[in-house]
Amino acid sequence: MKKILYILVIFLFKINTVYSLIEVDITRGNLDPLPIAVSPLHVDPQSDNYQDAKIKELGDLISLVVEKNFKSTGLFNPLNKDAFVQKPDIAHLKPRFEDWSLITAQALVTGKILIKDEKLKIEFRLWDVAANKEMIALAFTTTPSNWRRVAHIISDKIYERLTGETGYFDTRIIYVSETGPRTQRVKKLAIMDQDGKNTKYLTLGNELVLTPRFNPTNQLVTYLSYFRNLPRVYLLDIETGIQEVVGNFPGMTFAPRFSPDGKKIIMSFAKNGNSDIYTMNLESRLVEKLTEDSSIDTSPSYSPDGKYICFNSDRSGLQQIYTMKSDGTGVKRISFGDGLYGTPVWSPRGDLIAFTKVRNGKFYIGVMRTDGSGERLLTENFYQEAPSWSPNGRLLVFYRETKSGKDGKGFTAKLWSIDITGYNERELKTETDASDPSWSSLLSK
Amino acid sequence: MKFNKKITNLLIILISTLALSACSTAKKSGGAGSDVYSGTATVEYLASGVKDRVFFATNRSALTTASRDTLRKQASWMRKNKLSVVLEGHGDERGTREYNLALAEKRANAARDYLLTYGISGKRISVISYGKEKPVNSASTPLAWSQNRRSVTVKTK
Repeated sequence: MKKILYILVIFLFKINTVYSLIEVDITRGNLDPLPIAVSPLHVDPQSDNYQDAKIKELGDLISLVVEKNFKSTGLFNPLNKDAFVQKPDIAHLKPRFEDWSLITAQALVTGKILIKDEKLKIEFRLWDVAANKEMIALAFTTTPSNWRRVAHIISDKIYERLTGETGYFDTRIIYVSETGPRTQRVKKLAIMDQDGKNTKYLTLGNELVLTPRFNPTNQLVTYLSYFRNLPRVYLLDIETGIQEVVGNFPGMTFAPRFSPDGKKIIMSFAKNGNSDIYTMNLESRLVEKLTEDSSIDTSPSYSPDGKYICFNSDRSGLQQIYTMKSDGTGVKRISFGDGLYGTPVWSPRGDLIAFTKVRNGKFYIGVMRTDGSGERLLTENFYQEAPSWSPNGRLLVFYRETKSGKDGKGFTAKLWSIDITGYNERELKTETDASDPSWSSLLSK
Repeated sequence: MKFNKKITNLLIILISTLALSACSTAKKSGGAGSDVYSGTATVEYLASGVKDRVFFATNRSALTTASRDTLRKQASWMRKNKLSVVLEGHGDERGTREYNLALAEKRANAARDYLLTYGISGKRISVISYGKEKPVNSASTPLAWSQNRRSVTVKTK
């Protein structure tokens, strides 16, 4: 156990010390991910309909979801199951650690499932192979159709035990699905599990929709809709499907986000060529104007304690990032690097602000401290923007567009994620082209 | 009388502000000249000789001399015809979505303000921003981007 922790501590320490010093880090290297064996979960033969192939393979499917989650972090290296010697049921009772250490596994996950009376009971254990010890043992009971969520919850528990950080697997991502040619693009709100499964479309594509964002405390979403050709901020309850317009503004409202307590929406309201930042309390419906400036003020985002707001303004001439207190006082410019800065988003940990930077015709996703110091660019591309934080503040999801040719063809829009260390950049596969991702909080808190 | 003088003063200030901001645009867009589209490939006509759109420099909402000329013609066309218009503001794909929504709203309003100074009632003009959502040319080239940075005057009734 100690050994694993020791390795991970070193590992995380290494990332922090080495890369926090580099100002522009767009190179990627390969660190040694922790070898982990995820044994297929043993299906209890006493399960109802045990002979049904769907029941028999459920143990494999759950272990594959867990494995895929670990692989996606870049921190773990799930080992090939062909090399596993011990049978799942025996390993789950008491692993023969020599066998597992022979295939270089440092951690081992085992489990057992039983399906009885429409209930799925899942048990799993995490073992430290070198120390010959059990690290966690947990059991869940749920409906069989919920097996994917349980696989994500198990992944979170293991991730938390091994890294000391909160997990992010039992989460969803809401985004804008895009189809059709760019001059007549059809956009719909879509939602999927963090691993790209269970995609559902929440709007029909009759009107343009943009920038959906999750409420951090419940299943509400705020977004911009051009319903009846009036661009306004809307609220959508993704469980009931009920939508309503936010406030009664005589003009375009856009760039909405929730406050950390979920009780307010902060957004821009544009009137007569001037965009300012407003909040609306969803209970009292009270509207408050926070910025008073003749330039563009937009893309506001609260700090997790709700005391500060970062936002985008061109009051100095071109797009830069500013912070202020949540009452609108104490406005301070924090971005001073070469280029333009947009879409600031405060980390859920409170320590960093993620942003989009434009310099010499290239687009970067980066992070800086909340006073603007320690800027690090994580990835460079032709076009990418709109980072959204994973709930544990370790990853950013954003969208990236490719160049179209002279005939307008060859254009794609896709979701990507990257670790804030600058490592582990990967595409999040979506059924259609996609943009404007927003990451939910953990569903099971 | 006094009131009229006030309006004249305001107009002078407004026009000189517009002229000034146009100067700074030209400067900022570099020695090779402004990146405002000056062609007619994407332009449609509201009436003979009355272009339906004006173009803007990257990250700017100031009207150029050519844009003001187009808008004066639109104003005189509107004076002769009883109709209302919507000004649709747009940006190019080289900016963040939310900033583009604000910038395109500012562009359409720059056109609206100019029509107002030429005596068109605000009641006849509405404004909508589409940000970068409705490009007229979907290529990823400086030419396409310049054609997409626009405010289009569309007859509503």
